[in-house]
Amino acid sequence: MNLQEFLSQPWPWYVAGPLITITMATLLLIGRRFGVSSTFKTACAIGGAGSRCDFFQFDWRRETWNFVFLFGTILGGVIAAIWLRDPNGIALNPQTVADLAQLGIPEAGSSYLPERIFSWSALASPEGLIMLLGGGFLVGFGARWADGCTSGHAISGLSNLQWPSLLAVIGFFAGGLLTTHVLLPLILG
Amino acid sequence: MRNLWLILIGIVFGITLTKAEIVSWYRIQEMFRFQSFHMYGVIGSAVVLGAIFLQLAKAMKLTTPDGAPLATVQYPKRIWQYLLGGTIFGLGWALTGACPGPMYILLGNGFTVILVVIAGAFLGTLAYGYLRPHLPH
Repeated sequence: MNLQEFLSQPWPWYVAGPLITITMATLLLIGRRFGVSSTFKTACAIGGAGSRCDFFQFDWRRETWNFVFLFGTILGGVIAAIWLRDPNGIALNPQTVADLAQLGIPEAGSSYLPERIFSWSALASPEGLIMLLGGGFLVGFGARWADGCTSGHAISGLSNLQWPSLLAVIGFFAGGLLTTHVLLPLILG
Repeated sequence: MRNLWLILIGIVFGITLTKAEIVSWYRIQEMFRFQSFHMYGVIGSAVVLGAIFLQLAKAMKLTTPDGAPLATVQYPKRIWQYLLGGTIFGLGWALTGACPGPMYILLGNGFTVILVVIAGAFLGTLAYGYLRPHLPH
C-alpha cells in the first residue's frame, strides 16, 4: 500500500481529534484564534452592514486573516476530493442506515451527503429550501447569538474550561436532538 | 509568511474533516442518534488534548512570534445567550449536517449546492445583528 492509498482510507477519530487540536494550537501560536462562524459577521461588515447596524460596526480589517484560513480549508477539501478519494462509502451504524431509510433517505453512507436534500433540483421543493436555506439561516443566527460555533465553543471554549461554552454545547445538542427526532420526521416524512 | 501558515493549517483542517467524514450529513445524524462513538471521539479527544495544550502553554508561558500572549477565548458569564443561541445553532446543525467549517470544506469537495447553506448562514447572521437589541443575552 503506497502513501496515497494509506491516506485515502477513512481517518479514525483518534487521528482527526488530535489534528483538530493541532489546528487550534497552531493558530494560537501564530497569534490567531480558531473560530469559523465569525467570518459570516466579518463578511457582513465588509458588505457595508455596519452603516445600518451597530453590531457590524467594527474594524473588520483585523479579521480578514480568517478568510485566508478559510481558503486553505476549501483547498483541503479539493485536495481530499481529488487525491484522497475513497471509493467505499461511509461505514455507518446499520441502525442509522435503517432509521434514515425509514425517513425516505435511502442508501445512507453511499456518499457524503443525501442526494434528496443536497442537490440544486431539491431547492424547488419546500423540504429542500427549509433544510438548506432555513438550516443555514439557523446556523448563522444561532452562532452569532451564542457568540461561537463548534470551533469557537466546543473546541476552543471547552478546552479552555469555559462554562459559557458548556452551556452553548448543551444548546447545540438540545437543538440537534430536537431537529433529528422531531423536525426531520415532520419535514421528510 | 503568516498567510502561508494560515493556508497550510487550513489545508490540514480541510483534509482532516473530509477524511474523518466529519463533513458528512450522515455522520452528524449518527451522532444525534447516539449510534456511533466516532464524532464523540473526535470532539472529545480534540477537547482533552486542547485542554492539555493550553495548560502546558500557560505553564511554559508560550507567546506568539510578536511576544503577545496566546489569544485564548474568555467568554462573559451569561446564560441565555449561550443556551438559546446554542439551541438555534443546533437546530440548524442537524438540518444541514454542517457547522460553518464543514460548509466551506464541502464547497471544496465540489458540493456547490452548499452555497445555499452558506447564503442562509449570512442571512441568519445579518438577521441576528438587527434583532440583537430585542433578544435576551
